[in-house]
Amino acid sequence: MGVRKSYEEINAKIRSGQAVVVSAEEIIPMVKEQGAEKIAQTVDVVTTATFGPMCSSGVFLNFGHTDPPIRMKKVWLNGVSAYAGIAAVDAYLGATEEAEDREPEELYGGAHVIQELLEGRQVHLEAIGTGTDCYPLREWESDIFLSEINEAILYNPRNAYQNYAAAANSSPDTLYTYMGVLLPNLSNVTYSTSGELSPLLNDPEYRTVGVGSRIFLGGAVGYVTGHGTQHNSARERLPNGVPLGGAATLGVTGNLKEMSPDFIQAAVYEKYGVSLFVGIGIPMPVLDAEMVTCLAVSDADIFTGLVDYGVQRRSRPILAKVSYAELKSGQINFNGRLVPTAPLSSMKKARQIAAVLADWIRAGQFFIQEPAERLPLGKSLSSLNDRKRC
Amino acid sequence: MRRRFTIKFPPESTNIPLTYHLIKDYNFMVNILRAAISGEQEGRLLIEVEAEEENLERGLAFLKSHNVTIIPLDQQVTVDKTRCIHCGACTAVCFSGSLAMDRNNWELVFDSEKCVMCGLCVTACPLRIIQAEFK
Repeated sequence: MGVRKSYEEINAKIRSGQAVVVSAEEIIPMVKEQGAEKIAQTVDVVTTATFGPMCSSGVFLNFGHTDPPIRMKKVWLNGVSAYAGIAAVDAYLGATEEAEDREPEELYGGAHVIQELLEGRQVHLEAIGTGTDCYPLREWESDIFLSEINEAILYNPRNAYQNYAAAANSSPDTLYTYMGVLLPNLSNVTYSTSGELSPLLNDPEYRTVGVGSRIFLGGAVGYVTGHGTQHNSARERLPNGVPLGGAATLGVTGNLKEMSPDFIQAAVYEKYGVSLFVGIGIPMPVLDAEMVTCLAVSDADIFTGLVDYGVQRRSRPILAKVSYAELKSGQINFNGRLVPTAPLSSMKKARQIAAVLADWIRAGQFFIQEPAERLPLGKSLSSLNDRKRC
Repeated sequence: MRRRFTIKFPPESTNIPLTYHLIKDYNFMVNILRAAISGEQEGRLLIEVEAEEENLERGLAFLKSHNVTIIPLDQQVTVDKTRCIHCGACTAVCFSGSLAMDRNNWELVFDSEKCVMCGLCVTACPLRIIQAEFK
């Protein structure tokens, strides 16, 4: 009978400052040398992390009431429209929304506003309302600071993708995509996960990650709200449980006021648009040897499809199946030809996040929250089809 | 010795076969990587040269005597390392290998001596912190 640890036992060790915490990279050679059972006895928590561009991100803001009051119908922050169809002075600013009053090539958007708020900079607010008996004001304009508004709650509907397809381009033209600049005739490959350090690749069937999981989000404590949009856990899997491409996603939330610009960063992709780098770290409790086996997954055991963005259709051809060991080596062998590869998410930052989270846990400041619900398994994707064409 | 730099020459020097003299008189091995003449007839040449140390110095002095400015590549291409998040997006387009990831610590490494001033990295950088000007 192997060791079994409960969340309570692991949290008791954290509370007493005795918890043994390592990263999902550090555990790999440890398991090779000592075996899963031994590591299940000696390690309590494994930290995973990612720092990548996550377009499906944004922030709920409550500005406080004006005098006389206004029910904001349309809202702009530094010229970027925020969705205001929620109560009087609430709005949701999406990371990819682009400024209306600037040249498109300037690529300034919601992500930049979020970053400027986070950096303590002044942001210009404009709002219009209908004018009602209870909210008579029709227009408002002022400057705001993050510290002075009531709430800024980051709520990202789809983050921390469990695996993601690598990208290449077979067409004769350079393509400018959210997967970076793809050179013509399959001259480069880009990929965007932290592989063996990536959160959901270390818990492939969501044993410990789900509704209410406490996480590192943007430098602060955040929570998993549930599965994210486009959650596709029915994706084909390898025998080790790891899906062969984009699968599960997470909805995450946290207080922007507590976050750090070191772990939230606006980004632009030429001729595509604006995005937001989000730093996420998820601690995995070492419940037993089976969990250790999942946590010991290495880049050589994780595969993804190489997708051809040269074909501009919903179902793009998959040119090859590649491992993260190959992708991270700097080149892949594609039909006998060596093609250079490049990451889009930062391994350096991901390692930093895993280390910070480990320090929080070792210091007895961060506890592991058992999820109220696990993420759904076997959920597949629907597509949007034009019924008239069917 | 091998060196890579841009030479910028004024309109009055554009009719002098400077490269010819570098090869013929100073025994330079010259590889021209990029060349342009502006509307004001100012010439720019990105070259890689290989020559013995003494010849190299004499050749460069010859260029300077014709009012040619020699600009090292690290003054033309800059990466703001204080803001870099080491994502690697710029390395996807850098076919010369000037921008590359150190695969141990996953930091961006920039070797200006390999740069060919194509400028692709400028737009590939999601933070827009790379500046490259062929001037």
